[in-house]
Amino acid sequence: MAGIRLEGLRKEFGHVVAVKELTLNFPDGKFAALLGPSGCGKTTTMNMIAGLETPTAGAIYFDDRRMNDVPPGKRGVGFVFQNYAIFTHMTVAENIGFGLKIRHVDRATIEKEVKKVAELLQITDMLDLNAGRLSVNDMQKVALGRSMITRPRIFLLDEPFSNLDAAFRAYMRGELKRIQREIGQTMIYVTHDQVEAMSMADNIAVMDFGVLQQFGSPDEVYNRPVNTFVANFIGSPNMNFVKCSYRVEDGQGWLVQHNGNARVPVDDRRRRLLEQRSDNAELILGIRPEHLHLHSQQDSPDLLSVTVHFVEPLGPKTVVHLRLGRDIVRAIAPAAYRAATASVQWIGVDPAFMHIFDGNSGLVIR
Amino acid sequence: MAHIRLENVTKRFGRTTAVKALSLEINDGEFFCILGPPGAGKTTTLRLIVGLETPDEGNVLIDGEVVNHVHPRERDIAMIFQNLALYPDKTVFDNIAYPLRERKVPRSDIEKQVAAVAKTLHIEKLLDRKPGKLSGGERQRVAIARAIVRQPRAYLMDEPLANLDALLRLEMRIELKRLQEYVHETLVYVTSDQIEAMSMADRIAVMFQGKLLQCDTPGNVYDFPADRQVATIVGSPPMNFLPCQVSYRDNGLELTHAGFRLQADGERHPLRDSLQQQIQEGSDLLVGVRPEDVLVHERQVHAAAFPARVSVVEPLGAETIVDLRLGPHMLKAIVPPTQILNEQQEVWISFNMAKLHILDAHTGIRLYTTGEEGALVCTPGTAWSNSSLTPPS
Repeated sequence: MAGIRLEGLRKEFGHVVAVKELTLNFPDGKFAALLGPSGCGKTTTMNMIAGLETPTAGAIYFDDRRMNDVPPGKRGVGFVFQNYAIFTHMTVAENIGFGLKIRHVDRATIEKEVKKVAELLQITDMLDLNAGRLSVNDMQKVALGRSMITRPRIFLLDEPFSNLDAAFRAYMRGELKRIQREIGQTMIYVTHDQVEAMSMADNIAVMDFGVLQQFGSPDEVYNRPVNTFVANFIGSPNMNFVKCSYRVEDGQGWLVQHNGNARVPVDDRRRRLLEQRSDNAELILGIRPEHLHLHSQQDSPDLLSVTVHFVEPLGPKTVVHLRLGRDIVRAIAPAAYRAATASVQWIGVDPAFMHIFDGNSGLVIR
Repeated sequence: MAHIRLENVTKRFGRTTAVKALSLEINDGEFFCILGPPGAGKTTTLRLIVGLETPDEGNVLIDGEVVNHVHPRERDIAMIFQNLALYPDKTVFDNIAYPLRERKVPRSDIEKQVAAVAKTLHIEKLLDRKPGKLSGGERQRVAIARAIVRQPRAYLMDEPLANLDALLRLEMRIELKRLQEYVHETLVYVTSDQIEAMSMADRIAVMFQGKLLQCDTPGNVYDFPADRQVATIVGSPPMNFLPCQVSYRDNGLELTHAGFRLQADGERHPLRDSLQQQIQEGSDLLVGVRPEDVLVHERQVHAAAFPARVSVVEPLGAETIVDLRLGPHMLKAIVPPTQILNEQQEVWISFNMAKLHILDAHTGIRLYTTGEEGALVCTPGTAWSNSSLTPPS
């Protein structure tokens, strides 16, 4: 099976270009996320895949079959939206079975399929309950079941859990992933929450202002972001960015901080790349908080001097906000960590996890 | 500065009781968070404090004075709503100046005060713009500026960051906390985001279905939750709960789950003391353990480890959440991103024995927390659901 392919997809609403020349391959049977801030074009993209919007330019293929002119009802797409819109006067079983009933499937088959779906969603004990009496969390599960029963070719989910409480969202992330693995259908999940995308998706399409930034696995977008947008958007707390420039001092290549006196050594491979560049443009050093190691003493000469700006205990861990010259960076410390504001600490930058971005384009230098 | 107290406050809307016998005490200058899922009664509580709702029972007191029938305007409390309610046809300057003009403050003073507060919030350059031309974060700051300029006794905020993108929420959290420390006024902050509450609050009031479950510092609410509900609301992913049965022995007691067993040795063990009055032999209890306190091993590294199976793996980048199947139950563990586990993989799990909780299975109340190694001893159970795994000898 070839999966879902978008080629040069573009959508304009008057002067606004919501989606710009999007080319993307969603592998068949995998869980994909469309991730980005409000207005990035993810919902518009999903709507075009569904057939609810017509592309201004470009094409959509399901298994190499061009779908642009196929009406939404004939695309074999199942939806789950934020507002579950289940039938509150029917039982849970009737809700789930509805899609098959209107297709005139026989009763015995409907009963069998409803049972299967209920088992998958772990709601078998609710089948005879009136759907209107359920909690909002359970209603959303029923909405999911109602969509699943017709075995759509692909599932499109538009932030289905964003209105529900945090504990349920954490629970449903694992559940939805498990369900997708079991039913094996292609799932495309639209969200602005990077935790959802990272935890569930096999591949994440990160978008901003209608443009695809990067399409890759959670490991790729987290550890090898192609630009500062992706690096900043994925991961919480965000990656630290420090403006600097490249200089050769004492026979060694260094990234020297703009807003302070700190400097970190550059490895040979990237030294060569940086020295090949024609200008000495501004660079951005990127390092994730968990890769900044906090010390209370200057245990080694490589450590950089910082002062504590703010200590944020978050339960299982503590985020320490530090002043490095005039920049602020964040490091992760154990839950019990405490330090006085303005006290002096030392940080080590783990060179293996250091990213270097071009200051103008934001692109990574690798 | 204001000291705010609610005494046994109940508020009903038709047949729904939004707030039930709520008693709360908020100290002068405190950053006080009210945390709970949607429908907990948080917004109603805030509206009772500001005076947009009148209690059906009980009293609302501000600085020792009962204010149940005092008009919101006379309470001198500034509330910032989720939708901000900025005046769309007025400039930022006029929005902020509005409360001062209402009070007939002289024009030169208005200009000075608005400039000062705009500078504190880094919006000096936006004073001539209208709200429609501002970003979400900028509008947020204008709403806050408009509240600050009134110099009220206290500030109330109702999920002010809920409509902002995840990135902006992180930035604004720190700004708000530092602002409150600088201004040093009482702030009552409603949120359904437990990270916000944990990060910013001096104390958190956890509410659920109209009732107060616990009111304490973030550290205590996290490490010593009053009951199962608090332990689910605070912490993400929420605490895991595994049912087990208690049996009393001559020299201690035992909690049995199919996969593992917990032993409390000694006639005077604190767990035995806290259980024996209320919990009968054979009763169900819950073992509560947070995902970060569940350790996953690829081999049976020590006698306390017992088998489980990986269901799915959720890689978050800085850490990975592993969904595990332990017989008929599921639990989540947090492992470092470097630990690679595969779906359906058989693994061995152990608990951080210093962080285990025992809860009543019916009321959900937390009865006991280990707090130190050796307080409870864990051994693998005797019944296996993973047929391919052999029990240790």
